[in-house]
Amino acid sequence: MAQGTEVRERSATPSAPSARRGPRLFGPADPRHASSYPVSFLLPAFAVLLVFFFLPTVYNFVYAFTDWSSFKAEINFVGADNFERLLSNGDLLRALRITVVYAVLVALFQNLFGLLLAVLLENDTRVNRLSRVFLFIPVLMSALAVGYIFQALLKPDGALNAVLTRVSGDEVSTAWLGSTTWTIVVVAVIHGWKWMGLSMLIYLAGLKTIDGQLIEASKLDGTTAWQRFVHVRFPLLAPAVTFNVATALLGSLNSFDIVQATTGGGPARSTELLNIFIYRTFGQGLFAQATTMSLVLFLTVALMAFPVVGLLRRRENVL
Amino acid sequence: MTTSTTTTGAVSSTRAATAPRRPRRDRVRGWDRVQPVVAVLVVVLLLGVPLWMVVVTSAKPQAEAQNPNLALPQQWQMLENYRTVWEDGRVLDAFVGSALILAPTIAIVLTVGSLASWILARRGGRVLAVVYAIGISGIVLPPAVVTVVLLLRQLGIDGTIPGMVGVYVGMYLSTVIFFVTGFVRTVPPELEEAARVDGAKPLTVFFRIILPLLRPVLATATILISLYVWNDVFYAFFVVGGRVDTLPLNLFQVASAGLYLENWHLIFAYVVLMSLPLLVVFAVAQRRIISGVTSGAVK
Repeated sequence: MAQGTEVRERSATPSAPSARRGPRLFGPADPRHASSYPVSFLLPAFAVLLVFFFLPTVYNFVYAFTDWSSFKAEINFVGADNFERLLSNGDLLRALRITVVYAVLVALFQNLFGLLLAVLLENDTRVNRLSRVFLFIPVLMSALAVGYIFQALLKPDGALNAVLTRVSGDEVSTAWLGSTTWTIVVVAVIHGWKWMGLSMLIYLAGLKTIDGQLIEASKLDGTTAWQRFVHVRFPLLAPAVTFNVATALLGSLNSFDIVQATTGGGPARSTELLNIFIYRTFGQGLFAQATTMSLVLFLTVALMAFPVVGLLRRRENVL
Repeated sequence: MTTSTTTTGAVSSTRAATAPRRPRRDRVRGWDRVQPVVAVLVVVLLLGVPLWMVVVTSAKPQAEAQNPNLALPQQWQMLENYRTVWEDGRVLDAFVGSALILAPTIAIVLTVGSLASWILARRGGRVLAVVYAIGISGIVLPPAVVTVVLLLRQLGIDGTIPGMVGVYVGMYLSTVIFFVTGFVRTVPPELEEAARVDGAKPLTVFFRIILPLLRPVLATATILISLYVWNDVFYAFFVVGGRVDTLPLNLFQVASAGLYLENWHLIFAYVVLMSLPLLVVFAVAQRRIISGVTSGAVK
């Protein structure tokens, strides 16, 4: 803290600000801060956050324990009734399982597609640059629109089966969105398609930061392109992988649009994510149930965020 | 990339002396020639096919559009379809609604967020570290979509544009605080000193010195948040569904009404209409958008 006093004494000299950067754990900040950087400037942002973000979250913890619905005017506390009902009829665990499986699949496909595209389009040729621009278009599009496009493509008598029929010569009429086991995988692939352009760009930026000399050195060691990718380039992409996997995984826990537009949660509710359940029960006027599931979603994301980010960070350090 | 290719050549030519290595050099050369073809094929298959289906189907009469395929319409009725959705889907109202929600959201979230980020970046201490952590927690935490409706009703702004703006600002402030705080830390505080010596108040320093310097990071935040807000249907459905027209909400309505009738020609005409403004913006500013998105993400 000796440094702190020194700063105070020479506060007008230009060297002072650099000392300010270090962590200051105790005591008041440099007194000039009080006037130069008023804490009151935090108020507008944190007031909005408090009212529109944190207050509804606090409400979640309250109204999940009531019988709030559109069928009656008064709202009563009912304890853990909503949780008990959703647990005993299996809704809670099923929706939770589907949501987590979906998020993992999306993170997998989005990153796989993005990485493959980044490696394919790595060199800065004109064709590659143009291809990257085109592949970014799905990122801009409405996810709802993407969902409808793929619903039409994947219908039993849709465009994909028509193409497959022509190519194979046999009549193909697979109901791509009709399987209670595999449809969730198909929808996750669509989700991966929508966001692969963003992952691709981030992987491309990551590949650009890799020191060319490392690649040259490993070439001199007589490695194959595949070995170089697995042992040199992919490990060096760790920060990009961290970012992409964490955002895809945690972000897609909160999905709605693509699944709603392709399957609406079906067939037989096999793709009913938490948000689709919330949408459906809210529409039926069962507000307390919807709130309970909203709380479940909040807790799931909060619980997964720490380990996911921590795990990926640790991996980054090891490599 | 040029250096690496020349060295590859050099390395493989030394290797060419040892006979069995030769085929690999040819393979590498061959891939360089095949790669552009593969790239074009990938784009055509992954992107061209779905988008082509959308455009041709949007020009077909209903009977022809029932099973969307890649064939050209036998009977063209593009104008008629687009006119129908323009009216039934209230595209103009929806466009205005979307714009009236997006513009204030971006303006408020950027100003208020940057102002807080400036303080968070410049002041240290344990308390501020906790405040910062709370400020960015919204990046991953999902908003409480059901109870926010109740809250807006208590505030008397449910189903209104200000209510929707408040919800979006609350949702995306964390993103702004995260990006901008990181950026401000790279701006030397010396830049502010001169103005301060001249007796400028903190607010003046912020608007005159800091805000203009933040342009690159604010551009990135604007692009990302605009994409989410412009395309959002989930939160819009809960907060303003049925009260305010937005582009995705009206698409949802057109499609939900039409799915029974298999009105693919109308759904896709709407998809084309709603995607056009974004595609035009992208076509004009694609270089800046792409570099903005990547520079923001890789930190």
